[in-house]
Amino acid sequence: MSSSVDTTVIDQTPAARHHFESLEQQKDASTIGMWVFLITEIMFFGGLFMAYFAYRQAYPAAFASASNKTTLWIGAVNTTVLICSSLTMALAVRCAATGKKNLIVLFLVLTLLLGSVFLGVKAYEYHDKWVHHEIPGEHFECEGCTDAGHASLFFALYFGMTGLHATHMIIGAGFLIFLIIKASKGAYTPRWFTPVEMFGLYWHFVDIVWIFLFPLLYLIDRSGAAK
Amino acid sequence: MANHNTHSNPNVRHEGTEHHTEHIVPIGIYIGVFLALVVLTWVTTFVSTIDLGRLNIFVALSIAIFKASLVLLFFMHVKYGTRLTKMIVLSGIYWLFLLLFIVMMDLWTRNWMGVPGR
Repeated sequence: MSSSVDTTVIDQTPAARHHFESLEQQKDASTIGMWVFLITEIMFFGGLFMAYFAYRQAYPAAFASASNKTTLWIGAVNTTVLICSSLTMALAVRCAATGKKNLIVLFLVLTLLLGSVFLGVKAYEYHDKWVHHEIPGEHFECEGCTDAGHASLFFALYFGMTGLHATHMIIGAGFLIFLIIKASKGAYTPRWFTPVEMFGLYWHFVDIVWIFLFPLLYLIDRSGAAK
Repeated sequence: MANHNTHSNPNVRHEGTEHHTEHIVPIGIYIGVFLALVVLTWVTTFVSTIDLGRLNIFVALSIAIFKASLVLLFFMHVKYGTRLTKMIVLSGIYWLFLLLFIVMMDLWTRNWMGVPGR
């Protein structure tokens, strides 16, 4: 038995650490750890959602007129882009589990591309808001808004929530680049692809946050206040 | 770091003995969930332009909760996960519910009795 071969096997597919009974137990522990982290993230975003609901019920008219300043179809297209990136991420994890090494790289690259498209569209929307003085602050203006003072509260929450979401996507893009490099070197095998799978959980979580941001910021009050 | 453990010699393949968590989801399920998510996104977009009064918010949030559940169960593999994972996910959702519901109970009912502070 050649010892150099053994070392590569250990390096590329880490065996269960001594405090785990089996690879399966080790993976379950990773999954649970990741979920506990995601729950802290749920509460992190939850605080902002709470602020949104509280102020929306306090100033419904201001929120209705301000949320109509968002562009409906851009939001819907961007939601679709993000859902596509979730699909490619799920397929990347599946390819890792079935040992299709080249396809892992392909799907991770597609995920990164779609994530970048999402961020690009978001940047365009931010620029649009900037041009129309819809950034809360001294020069805030909201044409045709009822109660402009509290409309600025909507935009503060809009930028806070989508900004935090975009920050998560930028961090995710960094992890994706790392995973693409590792995957292209063949680091992930059906026996051990925990990083790909755990990152998948993170990426899908960010998708779920957007699934709630989209109706709250773009859709609600669309019909009634438009008149 | 030396691997002295006897439990899992890296040269020994454990195939067939430890693959409960390695559930390979059929590709059709991923495509089906993806199509459902896209269709629901556009359904909720178009419904939002129709004036349903107070129902608009319920429709939008119900569709969002359904979409999130699809992602959670299939893309995030919670459906195929261990019971402990499921319990942790549920407890997280429960704490979020506590945060939102208890605060909203306060805000909704605060001016019922003319209590100052609003």
